[in-house]
Amino acid sequence: MLYSEKVMDHFRNPRNVGIIENADGVGEVGNAKCGDIMKIYLKIEEDVITDVKFETFGCGSAIASSSMATEMIMGKPVSEALTLSNKAVAEALDGLPPVKMHCSVLAEEAVKVAVRDYYDKNGIEYDASLFPNCESCDHCSL
Amino acid sequence: MKVYADNAATTPMSKTAINEMLYHVENTYGNPSSLHAAGQQAAMALLKARQTIAEYLGCEPKEIIFTSGGSEADNQAIISAAKLGERKKKKHIISTAFEHHAVLHTLKRLEKEGFEVTYLDVHENGLISAEQVEKAIRPDTCLVTIMYANNEIGTIQPIGEIGAICKEKKVLFHTDAVQAAGHLHINVREQNIDLMSISAHKFHGPKGVGALYARKGVILTNLIEGGAQERGKRAGTENIPAIMSMAAAFKEACDNIDENAEKVLKMRNRLIDGLSEIPHSILNGDREKRLAGNFSMCFEGIEGESMLLYLDMEGVCASSGSACTSGSLDPSHVLLAIGRPHEIAHGSLRLSLSEYNTDEEIDHILKAVPEVVNRLRNMSPVWRDLKEGRKEYVIQ
Repeated sequence: MLYSEKVMDHFRNPRNVGIIENADGVGEVGNAKCGDIMKIYLKIEEDVITDVKFETFGCGSAIASSSMATEMIMGKPVSEALTLSNKAVAEALDGLPPVKMHCSVLAEEAVKVAVRDYYDKNGIEYDASLFPNCESCDHCSL
Repeated sequence: MKVYADNAATTPMSKTAINEMLYHVENTYGNPSSLHAAGQQAAMALLKARQTIAEYLGCEPKEIIFTSGGSEADNQAIISAAKLGERKKKKHIISTAFEHHAVLHTLKRLEKEGFEVTYLDVHENGLISAEQVEKAIRPDTCLVTIMYANNEIGTIQPIGEIGAICKEKKVLFHTDAVQAAGHLHINVREQNIDLMSISAHKFHGPKGVGALYARKGVILTNLIEGGAQERGKRAGTENIPAIMSMAAAFKEACDNIDENAEKVLKMRNRLIDGLSEIPHSILNGDREKRLAGNFSMCFEGIEGESMLLYLDMEGVCASSGSACTSGSLDPSHVLLAIGRPHEIAHGSLRLSLSEYNTDEEIDHILKAVPEVVNRLRNMSPVWRDLKEGRKEYVIQ
């Protein structure tokens, strides 16, 4: 297993690490038993993501995937952040080893869950089927 | 500073082993099965290597079979004992849950073929007792296979006591001594060992070569068919330079066992004492009954792979669990076997030292590990939940 230089760069110098107090949306996905938890905090003004931070418990590619995902949604309208796919995250990192692709899935889902939290807090209606639920993760047998 | 602290995965070769290998690569090119002078020169060298290894293990040279390494030796030992048992309708095997995969996967294969395997509990300290083995032996038990020292947590099993029980109960006893050979005093006769696996690259020898000790009278099943090499039990032209180098490395390691252990133990104890001060950390395996060079600890709230990669950036080569399991997402089966919960087992660090390490290198590790643990904890949502009281610490 070998990580790309991009993955190593985001792992060595992760962007946007930390928390946002009184965030407008917070999303946490994963399970410590599986070895990965990602938490994304969003600051949203007029439907635009003005700040984003993350915390991750996980392997090198989990940290790199979260870091990359925060960069990709920073400054974007919420609706655009919702279209972020795990494939796009993995591609932006110049690929992930097959056994680590689930890390990019977690990054996508953490962003979506944070946006859903924002919608819930603000009474904004949304299509629930667009958002992940626990059963959608099958990367571990727990 | 570069620090190699992953000697349980593999060791750098010693100068003696390198010189021996280079000499034979150049000079001993004959095929030991050939009758001419070049062949006989190689056959003589091979005999000498066999004698050296036998001498240090306390057995006869003809009881040593050279293999491609520890995994092959484990496979051949277990399959041979199973075949011998099957002939007498004995299809029960006793082992432990924290063996190396070369043993566990061979046992899984035998289970598919109708064998029954009892996996003994290794307890939180990573030790089994001879009494546990005695209680588990049944009239249809054909083999007890228990590792000498564990590759992840370094715990040393009471091999002599288990051997005595197996002898008394007339059950074959195999031990995977890959981590122990060259590091602990072994005498297969005194310890009543029937089958034992060793691997050269764990004691500063080359990779791709190992040996299986099989007591006279234990009939081996071939894994590789072909020529009559190794008493007809392992076909293929012998890898003379590697075998010679292994014998030289083994002699050197055994001649210096106590001296090396003393040096390594002092450094290892500094690691345990120093890194135990990191809050919410726990040593894996018994503190006393463990290999001198082995350090294994879990740190709550962080994950092992990212710890390794950050340590690598600080020049420290370490591992989490064992190198063999690093391609999988599941936490170490060894740490689960000693009762660590999944989320804790994910946060393990193994440092394995050799006599080549120095006190300055230990200083460097003692500085680097707490920094890396803090860095990862500071970006871990799990750690924040623990710190802010939303979750209970598992490790106090």
